Amino acid sequence: MQKIGRGAIRFNRPPRIWAWASVAGKKESEGPFGQNFSKIETDEYVGEDNWERAESRLQSEAIELCLESSGLTEDAIDAATGGDLLNQCVATSFAVKDFGIPFLGVYGACSTMAESLITAAALLDGGYGENILASAGSHFCSAEKQFRTPLEYGSQRPPSSQWTVTGAGAVLLGFQGKVGVTAATIGTITDMGQTDANHMGGAMAPAFADTITAHLNYNAAKPSDYDAIFSGDLGVIGMELARELLRRDGVNLGANYYDCGEMIFDREKQDVHAGGSGCGCAATMLCAHILPKLNSGEWKRVLFTATGALLSPTTVLQGESIPCIAHTVELAHIE
Amino acid sequence: MSNISNKEYEKMVEGYTKNSPIFTDCLKAFFVGGLICTLGEGLRHFFLSLDLNETLTASSVSISLILLAAVLTAAGVFEKIAKFAGAGTLVPITGFSNSVVSPAMEYKTEGWVTGVGAKMFIVAGPVIVYGTAASIVAGLIYYFFMR
Repeated sequence: MQKIGRGAIRFNRPPRIWAWASVAGKKESEGPFGQNFSKIETDEYVGEDNWERAESRLQSEAIELCLESSGLTEDAIDAATGGDLLNQCVATSFAVKDFGIPFLGVYGACSTMAESLITAAALLDGGYGENILASAGSHFCSAEKQFRTPLEYGSQRPPSSQWTVTGAGAVLLGFQGKVGVTAATIGTITDMGQTDANHMGGAMAPAFADTITAHLNYNAAKPSDYDAIFSGDLGVIGMELARELLRRDGVNLGANYYDCGEMIFDREKQDVHAGGSGCGCAATMLCAHILPKLNSGEWKRVLFTATGALLSPTTVLQGESIPCIAHTVELAHIE
Repeated sequence: MSNISNKEYEKMVEGYTKNSPIFTDCLKAFFVGGLICTLGEGLRHFFLSLDLNETLTASSVSISLILLAAVLTAAGVFEKIAKFAGAGTLVPITGFSNSVVSPAMEYKTEGWVTGVGAKMFIVAGPVIVYGTAASIVAGLIYYFFMR
């Protein structure tokens, strides 16, 4: 691992993502990627008594399926790193506890999947071990409960609002397989004074632009060097803002720029306004869409840039603006 | 990313953000709200026909609408109507009922005392607090100056 700039690293011995799994809810299964998820849970309680446990269950199932597809048991895993949106990251802690795997909980709001990946890749390249799990997840109901209003409360959502994805993704990093984690840039917290908690795309777009700029500069790359550049959950408005912010700097995101939140639902038919969001959004799309294409070689080089809004209901009520962050992970097909 | 001031960025965000369709939202709210009030009026005539006096009738109408909204909230229907109607369901007493029942349902998992009991008024609480306070002020004004 080598520092190539402030916050930017290239991996000397690129860890590989060699197994993965995603679990998604009913609404997600009705979206354009419904067929791609490893497992669908149509019951919003996932057989549990409450939404917090349900969210936790989504993540433990994703981990279980990921382990299953790798053929390894939990004893062979050196560490698990992951997070979610709930207070104290309980969904992940409760999901991981029964596996008995050494655990590092991370919180980066919806950028968590990228943060977990960077943590895991850095540990592996640093010689920590052979196999590390990285995961993230979210649940629409538990997120509404924590960040907004009770589910049955009758309110209208503004056009800029986004729909928290019910789902989780888990990936296994090691030193076999065809998808390498070749570089990463850790984002700087960006705050452009946005205060509207119903407009996450507007708040997060500058963080995305900032991290992409840094990553491209440090790696002497341009957007067209990648087969695809993904933001996590900027939504349709945030995407436009990101394009515009980067265009001002002479960086043109072309047709190879996508947003997991914009893609995961059919925005016309599924009534999700600006798109999907939540830790589970980037995590499930990574597993259901991005990794398979990299693994098959259809894509050779991809930037996976998950974005997060680092707010809490308390800071919103106190009138604070919304600090945001984006971390980017460069993934490459390696024969 | 090159320098862009918060103000400039705010303008950019506004440029890309569609506002809620205020006009159609108002129309929907007007009609659904009006429909609820018509229902209330119907109930009023019904209770008056039962020989209830005006005061009892007024209370009975409110209670009936509160019950109806509570049942619809529990059945998961209210939220769907409110999504369409907006202020049309929020402003009448149905909105108040929904704002108490929905957190009560949501926090049942945290227990009857610390969940339902403590969280039931997280939405409606301010209305009760400031509604009561305002009624006291109005009462004092009436008592000292208008009686």
